[in-house]
Amino acid sequence: MDAIKYVEDQFTREMNYPDFRVGDSVEVSLRIIEGEKQRIQKFKGDVIQMNGVGAVKTFTVRKMSNGVGVERIIPFASPNIDEIKVLKKGKVRRSKLYYVRDLVGKKARIKEKTFIKN
Amino acid sequence: MNGIIGKKVGMTSIFDEFGQNIACTVVEAGPCVITQIKTEDTDGYDSFQLGFGKAKIKNTSRALQGHFGQSGAEPAKKVVEFRDFDVDLLISDVEGEEGIAKGVGDMISAAEVFEEGEAIHVMGTSKGKGFQGVVKRHGFAGVNDATHGQHNRQRAPGSIGAASDPSKVFKGTRMGGRTGGTSVKIKNLEIVKILPEKNLVLVRGAIPGHKNSIVVLEKQ
Repeated sequence: MDAIKYVEDQFTREMNYPDFRVGDSVEVSLRIIEGEKQRIQKFKGDVIQMNGVGAVKTFTVRKMSNGVGVERIIPFASPNIDEIKVLKKGKVRRSKLYYVRDLVGKKARIKEKTFIKN
Repeated sequence: MNGIIGKKVGMTSIFDEFGQNIACTVVEAGPCVITQIKTEDTDGYDSFQLGFGKAKIKNTSRALQGHFGQSGAEPAKKVVEFRDFDVDLLISDVEGEEGIAKGVGDMISAAEVFEEGEAIHVMGTSKGKGFQGVVKRHGFAGVNDATHGQHNRQRAPGSIGAASDPSKVFKGTRMGGRTGGTSVKIKNLEIVKILPEKNLVLVRGAIPGHKNSIVVLEKQ
């Protein structure tokens, strides 16, 4: 396992992202390469799961787009992440929020954490 | 050199320059000791033999102990012979363009054998899966639906042959049985990266076997 850690240390860039958790609302700026041009696309939604460790750790952001649920799995180590902004802290009791997929409208909202321990 | 012996360490993923995620298997390849060089004159064909890993003397047979003693090598866990290689390139005093000045008893490492971006074959022993049915073992589809009077037939093999003529089941008919644990060669895998300082090779995709199993990497 040391060898795998060594490989990951060699090829994984530094990840200086703000601390966020499952249930939080985030805005991820992703670099999109179209031919020679590069632009930044923002993806705003709720984090519904985190998976994996080390270089293969990912998180899933879910948002509603024109009434259709859209999910995006983003690797933490991806060089295409420009910035991650935490918009809201959520109050949840699960590590995987798959149940929000079955909810629509006001029920699909995640309660906001108003009191944050320091 | 057209191959090397290694140990499967595990899997991870790295990103290429386009931001694409590449799944890689990490292999601890070499350093291997050259235990024997066979030539056309002495053995009828050209090949070289490599040893990998350290074995205790008490776990090494007398015959192998003598073999290692002759080459001046430490007892190795695994010995593999690589054929179809021009051994003239190996003789110690030849140092041509492609020649590697190595002889019996010398160590070789993965960086001396392979280059990044090269396509290789990887051979290993697949994970044992025990006694498996025909659906997993041979990719059968199972029989029919769950309904229409069927019962307990979803993973069944179906017919295994005709009736009174020939009155037997032909040999080689595919049935359930021990699966996995056999030697498997995966062809055309790309070497993504080589880390010479730790003797690590990153191979694109999956390779046969469990973690810590011995694998053989060879050139095409």
